[in-house]
Amino acid sequence: MKNYTIQVNGKSHEVNVPEDMPLLWVLRDIIGLKGTKYGCGQSLCGACTVHLNDEAVRSCTLPISSVGEKEVTTIEGLSENGDHPLQEAWTAYIVPQCGYCQTGQIMNAAALLKKNPDPKEEEIEQGMAGNLCRCGTYNRIKSAILSVSKSS
Amino acid sequence: MNNRQHIPFINKAINKDRSTLFKPSRREFLKLGSLATGGLLIGINLKCSGPSKDTETFAPNVYLSIGKDNTVTIVAHRSEMGTGIRTTLPMVLADELGADWKNVKIEQAVGDEEKYGDQNTDGSYSIRMFYDPMRKAGATARHMLLKAASKQWDVKVEECETKDGAVIHSSSGNQATFGELVEEASKLDLPSEGEIKFKPFAEYKLIGKDIPIYDLKAIVMGKATFGADVSLPDMLVAVIGRSPVVGASIKGFDKSKAMEIPGVKEVLQIDGSEGVAPGLDKPLPGVAVLATNTWAAIKGRDALEIDWDLGENQQFDSDGQLTEMLESTRGEGKTRRERGNFAPVNLMQGNSLDKTYLAPFYAHGTIEPPAAIANYADGKLELWAPTQHPQWAREAAATALDLPIENVKVNVTLLGGGFGRKSKPDFVVEAALLSKAMGKPVRVQWTREDDLHHDFYHSHSAQRIQASLDGSGKIYSWNHHTVFPAIGATSNPDELHPSDGEMGLGALDFPYDIPHIRLESHESKAHTRIGWLRSVSNIHHAFAICCMLDEMAEKRGIDPIAQVLELLGDDQTLSFEEEVSGDFGNYGEPYDKFPWETGRMKNVVRKVAEASGWQNAKREGKYIGFAAHKSFLTYVACTVTVEKDSKGNLIIPEVHYAVDCGIAVNTDRVRSQFEGGAQFALSLATSAITFKDGKVQENNFSEYKIIRMPQAPKKTHVHIIESQEKPTGVGEPPVPPFIPALCNALYQMTGKRIYELPIKV
Repeated sequence: MKNYTIQVNGKSHEVNVPEDMPLLWVLRDIIGLKGTKYGCGQSLCGACTVHLNDEAVRSCTLPISSVGEKEVTTIEGLSENGDHPLQEAWTAYIVPQCGYCQTGQIMNAAALLKKNPDPKEEEIEQGMAGNLCRCGTYNRIKSAILSVSKSS
Repeated sequence: MNNRQHIPFINKAINKDRSTLFKPSRREFLKLGSLATGGLLIGINLKCSGPSKDTETFAPNVYLSIGKDNTVTIVAHRSEMGTGIRTTLPMVLADELGADWKNVKIEQAVGDEEKYGDQNTDGSYSIRMFYDPMRKAGATARHMLLKAASKQWDVKVEECETKDGAVIHSSSGNQATFGELVEEASKLDLPSEGEIKFKPFAEYKLIGKDIPIYDLKAIVMGKATFGADVSLPDMLVAVIGRSPVVGASIKGFDKSKAMEIPGVKEVLQIDGSEGVAPGLDKPLPGVAVLATNTWAAIKGRDALEIDWDLGENQQFDSDGQLTEMLESTRGEGKTRRERGNFAPVNLMQGNSLDKTYLAPFYAHGTIEPPAAIANYADGKLELWAPTQHPQWAREAAATALDLPIENVKVNVTLLGGGFGRKSKPDFVVEAALLSKAMGKPVRVQWTREDDLHHDFYHSHSAQRIQASLDGSGKIYSWNHHTVFPAIGATSNPDELHPSDGEMGLGALDFPYDIPHIRLESHESKAHTRIGWLRSVSNIHHAFAICCMLDEMAEKRGIDPIAQVLELLGDDQTLSFEEEVSGDFGNYGEPYDKFPWETGRMKNVVRKVAEASGWQNAKREGKYIGFAAHKSFLTYVACTVTVEKDSKGNLIIPEVHYAVDCGIAVNTDRVRSQFEGGAQFALSLATSAITFKDGKVQENNFSEYKIIRMPQAPKKTHVHIIESQEKPTGVGEPPVPPFIPALCNALYQMTGKRIYELPIKV
């Protein structure tokens, strides 16, 4: 067990946890932020996607010891009132079915657009390929991302 | 092996045979029967309330209350797993009532079948079963509000109407909000049966429209509550090491290494089910590690050393069983349906084809793995779970803890996918047992590996179809053999044939006008837990039937769509009764209310042909495949187009569905079910669960592959037939025709027929 101070959504959190505890469980079980989801524990489904600085990372395999000074952003910190352009696009296209994977999808898409504000359809497909949706909302996710890309 | 502790698991958990899923029990039948006539269910609930002393809210039935602040609260009693039902049923009530949808609050019901009626969210039932009761609940309240207003204004009831949460009397200009009428309406008697009238269809403002789901904003903000999101003070998290082979038992275990992990508090044994037919509602035997957080519980579980007696199923090999099942179709089976004078000699006449079809086991792979929270204290148990069937969870937990049912409360969270997995209460019972043993709240958390290794799998199957042509080139005979371990075998090892219910899923109801038809089933045993997965046996039955029809059309030199239209014959209502040896389940509905109508199927077939540009696509040399399949009383036709990209990857540029589901209540959610259904079916077409030495070989999404965005069909067009027929569900019907339509398209591209799933592409 070790003490770590991590920055999450602009706030500082002190946690006392083993160094191999993945960030996902720190967020969910220790800090109590439940918007980041568990899906596979092996970086295969993307349900646990958060930002480390501006990078999308899979928090289920990222040990707390490697977070360091970097700023963690979760879905709760993406916008204050759910008015991030992607959240609004997700609403306009009624993307979710069950909704479980969608916070990870949105976080991954947000990081994708930061890097590439004007992605082509194929770049969206490749950039989102790490996020699984079992209900099958891929087409609407793609439409929602395209609708907020720079040239739309 | 030391420190062994037991949770006494009372082994009398209800042995509900869900193989009768589509053949309702007597009790369920009474309920369905009364629903079909529209009266009793809502009647009972109306009698529960009636004139009330509470004049702060107007609550004329269990589904609805209206506050003085104009808030209309509608209870969603079915589980939300992605179909949109939590929005769609309240929407029906609100529309009939004339409520302002913006002021409607939706509350999720706890598990209470006596109060709310059937809550088993399964079998694409919800809309079919509750469209009329919801309208009735709305119409009753509307009648009382109109009466209250007309009294106040001293005008005729018939001259008043509801609109956007108010009652208006246009000629006088009088207007009152629902809130203003709460006090007066609460004093009124409930209307008689004859007084309750539905609005004309044209007056509906929500039904038949695209209505966004109620939880949309909460979901995109990460504020929606799924199973594992519930947190209670002082709660422990349990991760369980379960029997790796169904039927295994625990000889002993060493918990010492697990106990050394910081955060681990206790290790307990769950005796669970016994034997090779473990039932559908009991946990598997296992050892639970209870810790202060999930990570410690996972590490603790991984550190356990459990000594298993693996039992007879350790010999089980799924490939081996498939071969045996395939072999069995060469012999004579049990006849389940027979038409004409079917003798083997018929097959010798003219041309014939004899083909076999294999399909694997599937896991549900909901992205949210099972999780449940239990809090046992002072003889009472409160549960929170993403359950499709809160009543079954309640009964199973009450039985396991030997509690009276009224001492068990089940709160239903949102489900991160269901597809049939979360009907079973095993994971809820685990939480209940552990909370009682610890005297603390407990969350049971399944990992992805747990989920894939210990599911209730969709059964693997072997089928054989022999079909022959007569002298004029028409299809003369059709002999379909099907064999797959039955759902019922999970509770009863002597169930060697699929039930009538399972046969009714796309096999018994083969609708085509062929003079000689025989359907046979063959024996097989279950060596794992068999359950139901989105559209159930329709998955493999539609695969075999629709692929074989395509091949027959080719043999006959006719277009497969033209052939299906020919085989459906004149517009008519089919009758199966005289040909079927057992029950023709009809998805639990009376046949006269929901018959098989060839005209409706022909309509969707023509629609999909036209919308997909079938003839042009063929002419232009596109690789396009077709299939049509009715399931859950919904008529569906589908085309799939395939091509290869420059790297040789399979691309699906376009999917077209035509659907007749009667009234399409929430058109956006009808479309979304089909868009998603195509993707779900594509995953089924390309993935499999396999067993070796009794153990599932796939561990995570690296091996059990769910399709990813680049593989998804680029466009899925959904053409909804405008209809005012009784509404039928759309959760499952998109799945069955997709796989054969894809296989038939791939044949166009590769020249190779697909007889075995998963497709190797």
